[in-house]
Amino acid sequence: MKSTLKLALGLASAIFASTAVSNVAHAEDLTLCWAAWDPANALVELSKDFTKQTGIGMKFEFVPWTNYADRFLNELNSHGKLCDLIIGDSQWIGGAAENGHYVKLNDFFDKEHISMDDFVPATVVGYSEWPKNTPNYWALPAMGDVVGWTYRKDWFSKPELQKEFKEKYGWELGPPKTYDQLMQIAEFFQKRQIDGKTVYGASIYTERGSEGITMGVTNVLYDYGFDYQNPKKPYEMQGFVNSADAAKGLEFYKKLYDCCTPPGSSNVYMGESADAFKSGQVALHMNFAFTWPGLYKDEKVGGDKIGFFANPAGPKGHFAQLGGQGISVVSYSDKQESALKYIKWFANKDVQAKWWALGGYSCLNAVVNDPKFPSSQPYASTFLESMAIVKDFWAEPSYATLLQAMQKRVHDYVVADKGTAQEALDSLVKDWTQTFQDDGKM
Amino acid sequence: MLNRTADNVARATPEPLAKKIRGISDKGLAWLFISPTILLLLAINIFPLFWAIYLSFTNYRANRPNEVVKNLGLANYQRILGDQDVWIAMQTTAHFVFWTILLQTVIGFTLAWLIDRKFRGHAFWTTIILVPMMLSPAVVGNFWRFLYEPQIGLFSYVISFVTGIPPTNVQMLSNVELAPWAIIIVDTWMWTPYVMLICLAGLRSIPEYIYEAAEVDRASNWRQFWSITLPMALPFIMLAVLFRGIENFKMFDMVNLLTGGGPGSTTEVASITLKRQAFESWRTGYSSAFAIILFVAVFGLANIYVKALNKVKQR
Repeated sequence: MKSTLKLALGLASAIFASTAVSNVAHAEDLTLCWAAWDPANALVELSKDFTKQTGIGMKFEFVPWTNYADRFLNELNSHGKLCDLIIGDSQWIGGAAENGHYVKLNDFFDKEHISMDDFVPATVVGYSEWPKNTPNYWALPAMGDVVGWTYRKDWFSKPELQKEFKEKYGWELGPPKTYDQLMQIAEFFQKRQIDGKTVYGASIYTERGSEGITMGVTNVLYDYGFDYQNPKKPYEMQGFVNSADAAKGLEFYKKLYDCCTPPGSSNVYMGESADAFKSGQVALHMNFAFTWPGLYKDEKVGGDKIGFFANPAGPKGHFAQLGGQGISVVSYSDKQESALKYIKWFANKDVQAKWWALGGYSCLNAVVNDPKFPSSQPYASTFLESMAIVKDFWAEPSYATLLQAMQKRVHDYVVADKGTAQEALDSLVKDWTQTFQDDGKM
Repeated sequence: MLNRTADNVARATPEPLAKKIRGISDKGLAWLFISPTILLLLAINIFPLFWAIYLSFTNYRANRPNEVVKNLGLANYQRILGDQDVWIAMQTTAHFVFWTILLQTVIGFTLAWLIDRKFRGHAFWTTIILVPMMLSPAVVGNFWRFLYEPQIGLFSYVISFVTGIPPTNVQMLSNVELAPWAIIIVDTWMWTPYVMLICLAGLRSIPEYIYEAAEVDRASNWRQFWSITLPMALPFIMLAVLFRGIENFKMFDMVNLLTGGGPGSTTEVASITLKRQAFESWRTGYSSAFAIILFVAVFGLANIYVKALNKVKQR
């Protein structure tokens, strides 16, 4: 009887102890929130090293891009504790900082000797600073990204196509340097028969629901002279957003959409655009750089068949739309100390080098300025070239309202053929003015 | 023996509790039973409604909890009623509601009338017709998106086969003219069976002896249809129209899945505009005012309609 009692007590103690130990382990687990995409898988792989080094477990909450903003902005607005760390979109920084969702990292950076000078300047401004161009840091640049293009190198190198193209347009078929050249290439390939299949000119962003068409059209608008505001007088938009040059840029984007995209391209964003390229439908493909590693590895269209080029230059400038995100500590998290440990670890040079090797885009100067970097991947030099010309959308606390207005006005004109480019941009100025007036900024 | 047992139980019951149970009236007991439901309704329906009414007079934004909430009076309502984009969304909604109801009623009633003939295998065909209604809207939306796909979609190929137009030119979801009809077709495909079921119930409720009397009076089939079938089934048809009207006025899922309101704003019905304002632009006060306007519109129209329905029933 005694031995049975001892056994029972022993078992109970063992169960209690194991539960307690497992609870301690769970208490240290950090949850990192991000979008569900290829780089997120690379981050899971990378974070195993962090767990090995610190014993802190990592859990991940990845949400598809279409719901990413809705899901995580709701989480932050409701002061939820789901995410300890969040890789939030660059445009969220203003709202997240002003509403107290992110922990300010200045003191932590000073204490840990993490210098923002060590990161690519555009990414620091884009992902970390609020207000912009001031040394107030709310995130560590985590995933550099920019809109660029891929093209079908194998089609471009077909002698018969090269000959025909040269005869028609008077220049060698190759990656375009200007928008006129891009249009000519797209026209040339539109509805052409290649290897017994009808192919099309270009796949570009046209999505209406989230941010797609804005992330596409801004590449062209910037290069044609569009600016968000008067550089000398903040929030003055008249003549900058809706200048005659900006309207020409918008007209160009519509012309490209009407002339040279595959049928049914009225709602295309990252996934659909990549699919159009992967399925061998298009000669040119606009997308964020994060898609390039996956496309390069693709058996059908990758390897020698794919080439990369930066956004072409326009008549008034040479820019590309910034993507990417910084990593922040959520101020509602109970595990801020562990979360800061993760950021310290992530800022390390070796970790950043491995991040790039696994398919993430490091923003650390030591990685991207390494002499070996341009040759480290076939798309590395295009990435560097593109990151040097980035420009981003508004990062104001009202960014979502500003974004929705632009989505509507641009989509109405480009896809639904409603009104003129000038009218679309004039309406956009009205919408944005109203938003800033509501915010008390005008 | 039985009385003695009852007495024993009564005596064994503690005094205050017994008094309490014995003292409760039927009305009290009824309130006791329905109070959980009432509390739930108050918490889930009534409180949010009043809260939304309150918010509709403010500049509140759910994504800025730290900001001071200002009272704007009727400014949100004025802005909505003067907003051209809102009126366009209302027109799009009206177009969608009108055509879906018209098509569903005509086709649904015709199918019900045919099924009511009780031909061989009618039970089997009834089941087949009901299948679309049993599917989830999410499944239907994705399924039809593939069917409409200009390069691989079956729908495009069928149209191409019939008309000779190349399938890649049949861009149901990208074309401004066709996109509203693409949604109307899917909604009609999915919900006509529902209208058919209600109409069938109406047709089956018509007593057989009325037709027998008409036969004796040598009334033609046409005459029987116009004088007996249609008037007697009319309350049921009107009920189906009411249900579908309310449902389609707040249609969201199918439009969101098929076009997301595009191309441009061509298929942006009021509920999509509302969702964008509320959960993408985070203009909570403004969108609350919009929701109240929509609620009043549906509630008012439904009330007028129900009165008309009652008049028809009394005839």
